[in-house]
This record gives sequence, structure tokens and C-alpha cells, in this order.
Amino acid sequence: MRSVSVIGAGLSKFGERWETSFRELIYEASLNAMEDARIEGKDIQALYGGSMAPGRLIGQEHIGALIADQLGLNPIPSVRVEAACASGGVALRQAYHAIASDAYDIVAVGGVEKMTEVSTEEVATALGGAGDQEWELFLGATFPAIYALMARRHMLEYGTTEEQMALCSVKNHANAVHNPYAQYRKAISVEQVMESGYIAEPLKLLDCSPITDGAAALILCASDMAKKYSDTPIHIAASAQASDTLALDDRRTLSALEATRYAAKEAFKQAKMTPKDIPLAEVHDCFSIAEIMAIEDLGFFKKGKGGKAVQDGETQLNSRLSINTSGGLKACGHPVGATGIKQAVEITWQLRQQAGKRQVANAEVGLAHNVGGSGATAVVHIFKRGD
Amino acid sequence: MVGTQPLIWRRIPERYRLHGSKCLTCNAEFFPQRQFCPNCRRKGKLVKEHMPMDGTIYSYTYVHSAPEGFEYHVPYFMAIIELKNGVRLMSQLADSEPESVKINASVRMVFRRVHESEAEEAIAYGYKFKVVD
Repeated sequence: MRSVSVIGAGLSKFGERWETSFRELIYEASLNAMEDARIEGKDIQALYGGSMAPGRLIGQEHIGALIADQLGLNPIPSVRVEAACASGGVALRQAYHAIASDAYDIVAVGGVEKMTEVSTEEVATALGGAGDQEWELFLGATFPAIYALMARRHMLEYGTTEEQMALCSVKNHANAVHNPYAQYRKAISVEQVMESGYIAEPLKLLDCSPITDGAAALILCASDMAKKYSDTPIHIAASAQASDTLALDDRRTLSALEATRYAAKEAFKQAKMTPKDIPLAEVHDCFSIAEIMAIEDLGFFKKGKGGKAVQDGETQLNSRLSINTSGGLKACGHPVGATGIKQAVEITWQLRQQAGKRQVANAEVGLAHNVGGSGATAVVHIFKRGD
Repeated sequence: MVGTQPLIWRRIPERYRLHGSKCLTCNAEFFPQRQFCPNCRRKGKLVKEHMPMDGTIYSYTYVHSAPEGFEYHVPYFMAIIELKNGVRLMSQLADSEPESVKINASVRMVFRRVHESEAEEAIAYGYKFKVVD
């Protein structure tokens, strides 16, 4: 397979974008990525866009065609990819394969979600579709409830505490202060998390990622051509994906995501690396407990030691392993279809040393981990500077 | 739309009577019913099997923020129940004192209203579980 590199990266501002429509978000992020790559529309040969639930959230389907139309790129092929909250990560993987397989030389891949058009209950129902509609959502299980069921087992099996979970949110908010694209550029304290009110016990409001509007975009290019467009192309060293049962109750363990473990193992094999080689990662913290499970399941910390690692500050900016420098889903925001691409954008900026006050010193390798639903899909990408 | 009338009607065997499946090749049991044994694939032979009505709480949460159709039910308990045969399922808990809801507490199936859909004027009934001494 051909080697693939990122030559352009862009985001829209994340947040409650009342004044901005779905298609305007796409335009904002895509224009930023195209200007960053210094390419013209005519250079792009195909489009891939991750979006989870536009049918429910804005009443719009046929997103592939909408993207090509909005960007003035007809008649090139354009595909919407859906894998719940991993829609962005899976779209990136499709775009990666489109170049790796020699079908195209340059493609654009993005992710978008417009979530503030409907009520919170309607968002909860739409996101509930990421689980098992008939055997979870139908019975009243929301996504916070599903992750709360995992948190309860993790606490029982490994002694993880609500304070350790709260510290993930505190750290991610501290990182987001330095991210101009983040939804919440505001530091919070453990006390604020602990007093923020239960959504689904033991998860509280500030353990949960917010409802966000936003878009993200990348321009990918065959690595042997990348230097023509970028002085610092970022090489995609691995792209791996795994699947697990749609419903949580069908899994033998609730305190780990097996799909994350499989995808990580495969990604490290492709990149010829081990977890020890990674100084920087964007992990899928849709809930605080998800970040603790992710840093264990990706192999950064032993199973059950994730909460302690967070408590000891081992995942803070410029510590042993900088986790979620963007602010993560919690503080940067979680426009579900955009998240997987936003993670890759953040890693790209970090590896190019363009992350400002949240820059990880001398980072040459970074990992992005994107999860769909309660772990039925997991995607892991590893990025590397240079080559 | 959380539950349309055909969806409610179609699932009566499972939701009213805990009908699941058993594979005669590997003896694995499943709930809800499956058309295909994921262990044996085409070598499997699935038959209808009643699940036991008794089990224990494997994990639980107290839900304070609800999806559509459950706005008037909060707060309520959601739990993963491990039935006597080892099969797990998601369920609400009913008629259980909050202090009695614990991991490993014994539970038994009860028949309750699950939710109502205003748009369809449909009421869905089915299983919930109740903590027993």
C-alpha cells in the first residue's frame, strides 16, 4: 500500500453556533484545511465526510452530495460515512485507504455535526441510536446511563473513584483554555465537577461531553507527492479499526473496550511501535470514565491503573503522556461526526509544533483514538512527523 | 421515535415472556432471540428458550436525565441483570428501594409499563426487574 500524509488541517470554531448552519460549518472547516494545504479545489479528487445523525438533528440526509455541492466541487465523488461517534475516525480511514490503494492522490476528509437545532431530549434520543435501539434505548438507557454502568463496574473491580474521573474533566478543561477553537475555554475544579449534579449516577454533568456544533477537515495526499504542498507533511503510520457487540449487555466485561484493545494492537503492529513510543494522544473521552478506560485499553497504563495515573498527573500537558491537549471531547466539545477528524487535526498541529501554549515539547509521534457508541466501533490512527 | 406500534408488537415474546434462544451445538444461550449463533455460525442450531426470571444486578445506574418518552419517569434505575443462566440483559428496576439496589442484589422479573409514545398513542409493556430479599 502507498504511504499517506496529512498536508492540510482545519477546524470550525466549536460551540453553540446558533448563527451558523450545518453547511456553513462544513465550509468554515474545509476552507481552513484547503488554505492550510495551499491547494485549489481542482486538486481534490474525492470527498469523505463523517456525520452521525443529521437526519434526526437537522432533517437532512444525502450529506455526501451536500458537501460536494457546498464546496463547489461537483462532479467528484463524495461519500458520507456513519459510525456513530466514530464517524469521523472511520471516514478518515476510508480516505486513507482511497489513497493507499492508489485510487486517488489527493482527497479531502471531514466531519460535521449540528446539534443545537433540537431539544436536549431529542439529542439524547438521536445519540441513543449509537447503542442498541431495541434493547437499550427502547427501555430508557441513555448514553450517560450506558457509560455509568461501565463506570460502576470499573469502580468495583479496580477501586476507581469519582474524584479520579472528575480529574479527567479538570485536566481537559485546563488544556482547552489554550485552544482558541474549544467550546469551553474555562478551567474548572474537582469540587465543581463533584457538585455538578448527577446525570446518570455515578456520572455528573461535568463528567459528560457537551452538545456541540462543529466541523473539522483534513487534506490527505500520497506521501511521495506531499512535499509539493507542505513543508511538514504528517505521515499516517497506522490506521486500524475494530468492532464489538452493539449492545453493552452482550459483552463479558464492562470495564474495558475490547474493540479499542484490538484496534490499538493492530495500529501498533502497523506502525512498528509500542505504547511507550507515544508521548501525545487524543483519546475518546465522551465521559470521564471513557478516558480512564481508553488510556488502559490503548496500553499506556496497566488495566485498572488509569484512575491512579490521572490522579498522579501522569496524563497532564507535558507530563509523561499528554492526553487530550485539545481539551478532549469534554472541553473542546463533541460534535459527534466531527470529533474523529478534530482529533487528527490536533495531532497534526502538535506534530508541526503549531499548538501554541498547549504545545507538547518535541512531539514526533501522536495517536488518535475514536469510539462509536459504547465501544461497538473503535478506530486508532498513529501519526508521525517527517519521512 | 423510540417505539412504533409494529416494533412493540413484534417483540412481545421477548418483552412479555423473556423468550431467548439456545444453540443446540454449543449450548450457549442468548437474549434477545438470535437468528444465528455467533459462536458456531452455520454449524449452530438455534431453538427458542425461556430465560430464567431470576438473577442478580451486575451493574446499575440511577438515571436523572431521560430520552424522549421517559421524561416523566425520572429518576429511574437502569441495570444490567445477570440471569441465573449467565445471560445478561439491560432492564429498568421497578418497586425497589434505592438503598436495596446494589451489585449482586437478587432480582426477579416483573411485568410493567415501559414507556408511552405520545405521537403513536402506543403504550409499551414489558419486563422490569425488582430487588427481592
